[in-house]
Amino acid sequence: METGTSRVKKGMAEMQKGGVIMDVMNAEQAKIAEAAGASAVMALERVPSDIRAAGGVARMADPTIIEEVMKAVSIPVMAKARIGHFVEAKLLEAMGVDYIDESEVLTPADEVFHINKHEFTVPFVCGAKDIGEALRRIGEGASMIRTKGEPGTGNIVEAVRHMRLINSQIRKIANMSKDELMTEAKNLGAPYELVLQVHETGKLPVVNFAAGGVATPADAALMMHLGADGVFVGSGIFKSENPEKFARAIVQATTHYQDYGLIVELSKNLGTPMKGIDIKQLNAAERMQDRGW
Amino acid sequence: MKIGVLALQGAVAEHVRMIEATGAESAIVKRTEQLESLDGIILPGGESTTIGKLMREYGFIEELRRFAESGKPVFGTCAGLILLANRIEGQDEAHLRLMDITVARNAFGRQRESFETDLHVKGIDETVRAVFIRAPLITQVGEGVEVLSIYRDQIVAARQGHLLAASFHPELTDDTRMHEYFAGMVRESKATTAAK
Repeated sequence: METGTSRVKKGMAEMQKGGVIMDVMNAEQAKIAEAAGASAVMALERVPSDIRAAGGVARMADPTIIEEVMKAVSIPVMAKARIGHFVEAKLLEAMGVDYIDESEVLTPADEVFHINKHEFTVPFVCGAKDIGEALRRIGEGASMIRTKGEPGTGNIVEAVRHMRLINSQIRKIANMSKDELMTEAKNLGAPYELVLQVHETGKLPVVNFAAGGVATPADAALMMHLGADGVFVGSGIFKSENPEKFARAIVQATTHYQDYGLIVELSKNLGTPMKGIDIKQLNAAERMQDRGW
Repeated sequence: MKIGVLALQGAVAEHVRMIEATGAESAIVKRTEQLESLDGIILPGGESTTIGKLMREYGFIEELRRFAESGKPVFGTCAGLILLANRIEGQDEAHLRLMDITVARNAFGRQRESFETDLHVKGIDETVRAVFIRAPLITQVGEGVEVLSIYRDQIVAARQGHLLAASFHPELTDDTRMHEYFAGMVRESKATTAAK
């Protein structure tokens, strides 16, 4: 009997496919997410849009909140640790969370190194803007990748950019001659063995979800069409006027992303979505996606 | 012979790959109308609460019950096993209520307790590599249920006529024998129906 094998950790992410993972700040929100059909919840103190508004240093949530959420629902519970903060990650593992997000939404603790995720039994998800970043995180032991998008903006444009770029880079690697792969690995800053694997399979070695800016059922369906295996929704649910309705509509639009008639119905009378921010209005210091490398 | 995979949420592609490896035709099933063209169906791993909710929403509960009652085989892995069960510990409501078993959800604990191991499964030679992820257990079985596999004194695979259930994920390995076993059940059911 072996726990924490790569297959067990990646398998957990496989089981999330086609699902929606929702940010929640307390037990009550977690129950709403579970009842709406979320496949997992992310327990945190503040959703990204509140983190933006509050400013200052954003850290791992108070364990009380995470424990409260873990008690409230039977679906998996994820929680965020700061980039490079392996002690926060060890605390989350000790608490028994089902997945750790080494997340740029929190203020990074280390500006050079990410966490060595191979040393954990609990699986990790990490953000990526391009294939080099995705393969570096997988090389460090991440079992799931998500686009970074621009969290807390309700603006899908950056998630689309990341997903399209990763897809086109996969196609490029798949079509390369084997002779070209080592130089490509060097240029991408990615482990050669993983570049080789992408070349042979034509896909990422782990599942890839969309995150950062998903605010409507159509946003979720768009990301599924672009090849996302599932969707993370942060501020989009509990910063909307009617979280129950938004949560349910986004779950159904993710499952039936090709059924436009259904998505029309799901999108009617949802109330006001979260208020968005145009990326162009953010100055460089406010861009969370630039954290991590 | 066509075997579908219920694709409301969960690990669908992995089962499709396994079905095709057995030589059968596969189908990704999102609508109840698709059931008609199938000879058997797999309910995949994923989140049973999520899949159960969407099944209700789209009318799959009644249609899948009808499908199974017509004698067509159904195979549930992990969350799929929970969907098949008559009783779920700690919950008032079950989902499809097709198999005379009681299940305990997340019976081994949280994700950090997930594991893989070698298992003996009745009807399959040698051991299979079994991947357990936040896996359920079968805590009670009715008279018509045959226990196929036991791990540390607890039931992790069972069969009741044309219904097959496993706590673990054979689709996460390269070993197709569990899927071949199920394909055999589908072939048998097709032959019986044709003979009638």
